[in-house]
Amino acid sequence: MTDIHRQLSGPQHDPAGDAGHDGHPPRVGFFTDTSVCIGCKACEVACKEWNAIPEDGMSLTGMSYDNSEGLGASTWRHVAFIEQDAPAAKSPEPEGRTELRWLMSSDVCKHCTHAACLDVCPTGSLFRTEFGTVVVQEDICNGCGYCVPACPYGVIEQRKDDGRVFKCTMCYDRLGAGQEPACAKACPTESIQFGPLDELRERAALRVDELHRAGVEDARLYGHDPEDGVGGDGAFFLLLDEPEVYGLPPDPVVTTRDLPAMWKHAGLAALSLVAGSVLSFAAAAFTSRRSAG
Amino acid sequence: MVPRADFTSYYGKPVIKPPSWQARDIAGYFFLGGLAGAGSVLAAGAQLTGRRAFATAMKLSSLGAVSLSAAALVHDLGKPERFVNMLRVVKPTSPMSVGSWLLAVYGPAAGAAAASAVTGRLPRAGAAATLAAAVLGPAVATYTGVLAADTAVPAWHDAYRELPYLFAASATAAASGMALAVSPLHDNGPARAAALLGGSLDLAIGGVMERRLGLVGQAYRDGKAGRLMRAAQALTAAGMGVAGLMGGRSRLAAAVGGAALLCGSACTRFGVFYAGVASAEDPRYTVVPQRERLEAAERRQKPA
Repeated sequence: MTDIHRQLSGPQHDPAGDAGHDGHPPRVGFFTDTSVCIGCKACEVACKEWNAIPEDGMSLTGMSYDNSEGLGASTWRHVAFIEQDAPAAKSPEPEGRTELRWLMSSDVCKHCTHAACLDVCPTGSLFRTEFGTVVVQEDICNGCGYCVPACPYGVIEQRKDDGRVFKCTMCYDRLGAGQEPACAKACPTESIQFGPLDELRERAALRVDELHRAGVEDARLYGHDPEDGVGGDGAFFLLLDEPEVYGLPPDPVVTTRDLPAMWKHAGLAALSLVAGSVLSFAAAAFTSRRSAG
Repeated sequence: MVPRADFTSYYGKPVIKPPSWQARDIAGYFFLGGLAGAGSVLAAGAQLTGRRAFATAMKLSSLGAVSLSAAALVHDLGKPERFVNMLRVVKPTSPMSVGSWLLAVYGPAAGAAAASAVTGRLPRAGAAATLAAAVLGPAVATYTGVLAADTAVPAWHDAYRELPYLFAASATAAASGMALAVSPLHDNGPARAAALLGGSLDLAIGGVMERRLGLVGQAYRDGKAGRLMRAAQALTAAGMGVAGLMGGRSRLAAAVGGAALLCGSACTRFGVFYAGVASAEDPRYTVVPQRERLEAAERRQKPA
């Protein structure tokens, strides 16, 4: 792989350094262990209060206890609720009986190692912080909306009445003051864990082993792998089912991985447009000479 | 391969966010940028082969199209008064940044070429501007394919190999349609040839793209996108037929055929736009191809 390709995809162990931060603090992140989430939504509330996020709709959706529906411009933490008919696990149950399995998971911006939103932003409003996180500078965003369909997780969104885009900053202001983000601070079960990303990855590997030993075979990590399509997430998860059950993409890839090939095709297409025009003028000259002669 | 019928989602919600762009602004921009860019190439060809009326008409068309497209882009911004922030950085990883700089250079060149042609002043500078617009025009016409493809939108990203070529062919068809409609009958031979070439490549590349996309190709067949893509095919084929057979003899046929080609190109761009939106709104197009990719990778790791 060339340097360009390495910058756009694949493992990248120092995104903050790569972005030009010298002597930066260690990369931080979230490890959200959904096996201990109790669906209290303290994270959603703490996030809204600390970041002074406007109201995001007061409708009742009928989607279990989920009335915030998904991440968006004014929802930076979102707790998903999934009701499943699961076969009764351990305890002996009469034939065919099932019990309800209730999955809960607090979703958040993934602060990707290779962040498509940041790559495609034409103004430089989206930037990589010294903590390795991805933040929007609201005084620069001109509301072009390009980051919105670029995000492979559907996180960032335009606020309709404002025009600009908004998303989780991992509480950049709190990090600067040595505090943990509001959601992690508020989580009563330590489902949301904040810390240096390397430590979180080790802790998550131990936790998933522990759950497997305890017979929870469905437990798996999501977004932890630096080899994945986005170079690993700054916010990763322990899930109890397939990612798409929680509304997460099963194999996200940063779109800019293919950008060198896209530019190559655009260049060839531009050349073929010129060639086609030359051909058209030549064909016209040829036929007019033939009809004249 | 038969696409997997079953897939899981979170209450049928989309996984990615559909673009918040207005169809009129952004699909309109794709069309107008193509019309302007390919038109500048035809204008330069006409100038070099001594077709002055043809050249002047196409220079005016390109200036009009690029002015409208710039207006559409500014209009679509959430903060239009901050348009100038587009020129705050130069960023090759952002097709929108590259495009803004392209337009910032191409627009004045197209304007100078048209102004010199209409007023007859500064003919040398006008010729240089004509050439500059002809060099940048093809990039203006094709980079929009990258602009759409460099997203997580399945019907756009998965088509990144075809979209720039489709846009180049569609732009050629549009510009030749404009040339047929506005240039003198005795001079429109190159426009008819370009119409046949651009139109037939447009139809061929569109077909290849839809087939290669597999499951995601369905987004180009269903609903509004499907209706627009079918209308585009019919209009382009009809425009080629009318302009190709009678466009050299009948003023009316040249105008009608040219208009059909212009409308066909516009339908292609709106069709591509709506296919992208539809593919983003239905989680099937995000989840199923990714799931298949994972399963294929697992099969490769564990050969039977």
